[in-house]
Amino acid sequence: MQILQLKETVAFMRFRKVAVVFSLILMAASIFSLATNKLNFGLDFTGGTLIEVGFEQAADLNKIRAMMDSNGYDDAVVQLYGSSRDVVIRLATREDVKAEMLGNQVLDILQAGTGQTIDMRRIEFVGASVGDELAEQGGLAMLTALICILVYVAFRFEWRFALGSVIALFHDVLLTLGLFSVLQLEFDLTVLAAILAVIGYSLNDTIVVSDRIRENFRKVREGTPEDVINISLTQTLSRTVITSITTLLVLAALFFKGGALIHGFATALLLGVFVGTYSSVYVASSVALALGISKEDLIPEVIEKEGADQEEMRP
Amino acid sequence: MVLFIVAIGALYASPNLYGEDPAVQISGLRGIETNAATLDVVKAKLDESKISYASIEMEGGQILARFKDTEQQLRARDLLDESIGDEYSVALNLTPATPEWLATLGGTPMKLGLDLSGGVSFLMEVNMKEAINKAQESLVDDFRTGLRGEKIRYRSVKQVDDAIAVKFRNIEDLDQAESFLEKQNQSLLFVSDEDSLTLTARMTEQKLKETREYALQQNITIIRNRVNELGVAEPLVQRQGQKHIVIELPGVQDTAKAKEILNATATIEFRLVDTDGDLGAALNGRVPGSSQLLKERNGQPVLLKKRVMLTGDHIVDAGSSFDEYSRPQVNITLDSAGGSKMSNGTKNSIGKPMATVFIEYKPTDRVDSEGNTVFEKVEEVISVATIQARLGKTFRITGAGSQAEAHNLALLLRAGALIAPIQIVEERTVGPTLGAENVQLGFQAIMMGFGLVFLFMLIYYRAFGVVANLALGANLVLIVGVMSMIPGATLTLPGMAGIVLTVGMAVDANVLIFERIREEIRAGKSVQQSIHQGYDAAFSTIIDANITTLIAALILFAVGTGPIKGFAVTLSIGILTSMFTAVVGTRTVVNAVWGGKRLDKLSI
Repeated sequence: MQILQLKETVAFMRFRKVAVVFSLILMAASIFSLATNKLNFGLDFTGGTLIEVGFEQAADLNKIRAMMDSNGYDDAVVQLYGSSRDVVIRLATREDVKAEMLGNQVLDILQAGTGQTIDMRRIEFVGASVGDELAEQGGLAMLTALICILVYVAFRFEWRFALGSVIALFHDVLLTLGLFSVLQLEFDLTVLAAILAVIGYSLNDTIVVSDRIRENFRKVREGTPEDVINISLTQTLSRTVITSITTLLVLAALFFKGGALIHGFATALLLGVFVGTYSSVYVASSVALALGISKEDLIPEVIEKEGADQEEMRP
Repeated sequence: MVLFIVAIGALYASPNLYGEDPAVQISGLRGIETNAATLDVVKAKLDESKISYASIEMEGGQILARFKDTEQQLRARDLLDESIGDEYSVALNLTPATPEWLATLGGTPMKLGLDLSGGVSFLMEVNMKEAINKAQESLVDDFRTGLRGEKIRYRSVKQVDDAIAVKFRNIEDLDQAESFLEKQNQSLLFVSDEDSLTLTARMTEQKLKETREYALQQNITIIRNRVNELGVAEPLVQRQGQKHIVIELPGVQDTAKAKEILNATATIEFRLVDTDGDLGAALNGRVPGSSQLLKERNGQPVLLKKRVMLTGDHIVDAGSSFDEYSRPQVNITLDSAGGSKMSNGTKNSIGKPMATVFIEYKPTDRVDSEGNTVFEKVEEVISVATIQARLGKTFRITGAGSQAEAHNLALLLRAGALIAPIQIVEERTVGPTLGAENVQLGFQAIMMGFGLVFLFMLIYYRAFGVVANLALGANLVLIVGVMSMIPGATLTLPGMAGIVLTVGMAVDANVLIFERIREEIRAGKSVQQSIHQGYDAAFSTIIDANITTLIAALILFAVGTGPIKGFAVTLSIGILTSMFTAVVGTRTVVNAVWGGKRLDKLSI
């Protein structure tokens, strides 16, 4: 079976300018949203207490809210989580109650107030300082990842590709974060992990394309750099699409079957894979092209060996 | 070769197929050993109450009794906790029911993270500011006594921010003090200001680092001791970074109690043994008013003076070593205030026995009117030694028995003096139902993701799709096998997500190869040449693409904690195993099926 059977080379790079404008608009929008809406940081980063409880019957949120109110927890955010019987209660850090005891107190209140047997599903308490450190560490991790990758790609390919792929990665991370900000989805630790996985995935794609561009610069004797990039993108398009499909298939499985706890994780990856696929076609190669990538840059001293190889292959 | 590796993977993955036996785990508290005698006691107790056990044996210094069902297990726990619970920690456990032949090969099932097994994890932060502060306070003391001892007159010794300032009346005293103190304290930086006649001492970076390190290590030791009291099977106490300690207690649901125990305090007291009192009379209830009857570790009663010679908060350090006759000894260092107290206390008691008492506040099942758990003061004599000479700031206790006992004593002495307070800064509790649910959801997601990709590859690449699917299956087996083999690897919910993701991304290598083969065929090459060409050309791309993903995964591993680390682990392992199965594995199969034949068409 074949999904894409491209006989002709697709002139991807002809739409380069449109893509650049498109990407710039999206990036600007992401930055704008991150600046105004901010990210909806989860407990991992903000600190506070979260209690998830399971009731025997469908939970009455208003009643629970009233119960919390009357016990002095008027700042409690009470929500359903995953099903009608699971309830999540979020509380900010308080001064009068020892934070680490808060979870147990809330459980007692609910137990007493509803008279039902309550199943404690999870209690999470994160101190404010921990959240700050985490945000710092997370940012640092992402930066380290980008730099390490920049060095590796520059070493294996060429600095223009390295810069191109890192800009593509930055683009992907920014857009994914932007979408999380626009949709106000909760940003927790698992989402951060997902974004690092997006970096890995998007890079995978970019490397495959760059690899083919390098190969074709050596193989295809005539044609401008733009032509070579077009040919390479066309040749790898089928692989790009299929890998995206298989990845999206498993992510769909995670999204629908993985449960509420990794919903954010699956969402971030789903978004990231879409953006990453687009960016590996347009962003990385556009940047490399704009930086003036040419045949000479990619034909190092191994030229003889490569040439000999080609003669043999030519029909 | 490929078959061999996959078979090894399958072998080590197989323990995961067996279930778990309910068990009770018994380990000694506070340095008490579990040995064959304990084993006999436990056996006798169980037989006496007619509790049937599947097996009972010593395993790594602990006794592990397996039962057929949880009912027997619970009864056994209650029985043992009641009878020997004071000296031994009795914990419920689920032991893998791995068959013996597999276990001897080192086969163990994957370790489940807390989010899958249920339990609580704490992140505790050591108050480093306080640790440094205390160290400085003790330096102020030292300076005062040191200068007084040298008869150098000073105006004042004070702690000023992060330094200690000593003021003098004249330059001579200042100079004299500087040379004296500099010699005494190599780890301090001294700056003298002749205008204000002040000598300022600062801890060097090295010394600050050491102080923090010591505070952290000491807290870890204390927490380990306390966690052992909790009776949890396989607890984990581990440092994390510069000032944090992670504590994982699988299976613990009553987090309130766990927190109380972690926050509870322990202390040490040095007291003289009442040699004049009549021990026999005291045992019959006639204890002299100034004395108290306590018990030693081995149950031996001791009559102690009530007056406390020294409390544990004066202990700065304690360690074990060997004396000149290579007998184990415990070296104790006190702060200067403690030193003079000790000196005063022992000057008239040379030749008399001195006892070291370990005092702990253990939570009980009782609750006071405000709903707080009532703590019970437990005093225990951990050592009795004869005072050989007038003791000062540093002294040693010999005759501690074995080296292990000396080590334990040192540990307890340190535990009595908590130099830096700790605080719970993060808590994550997962109930057993949510844990079980997570396992189920993760498993379903893996199966569904696997199934979808399996179908897609089959339809899209037909015969070659079968090969890719074989590789995918082998990859899954290898991931589970490797996860089971690596002792530190823990499976978490995000880790399961990582496996799902690897399933989706692992086929990428095969997609790259197969697409390349199709391309070559389209370009008019012969079938064999195309296969050959496809694998060769795709290889470097696959390596590059995977190494960069691996970089991201490794960084995640370095930064992440708990569940996130689990994700990084499965992702990294998945990348490595998938490279193997997708490139080497499929090549072997393809060569075996299509190799060496003249083919005009290929089912790809």
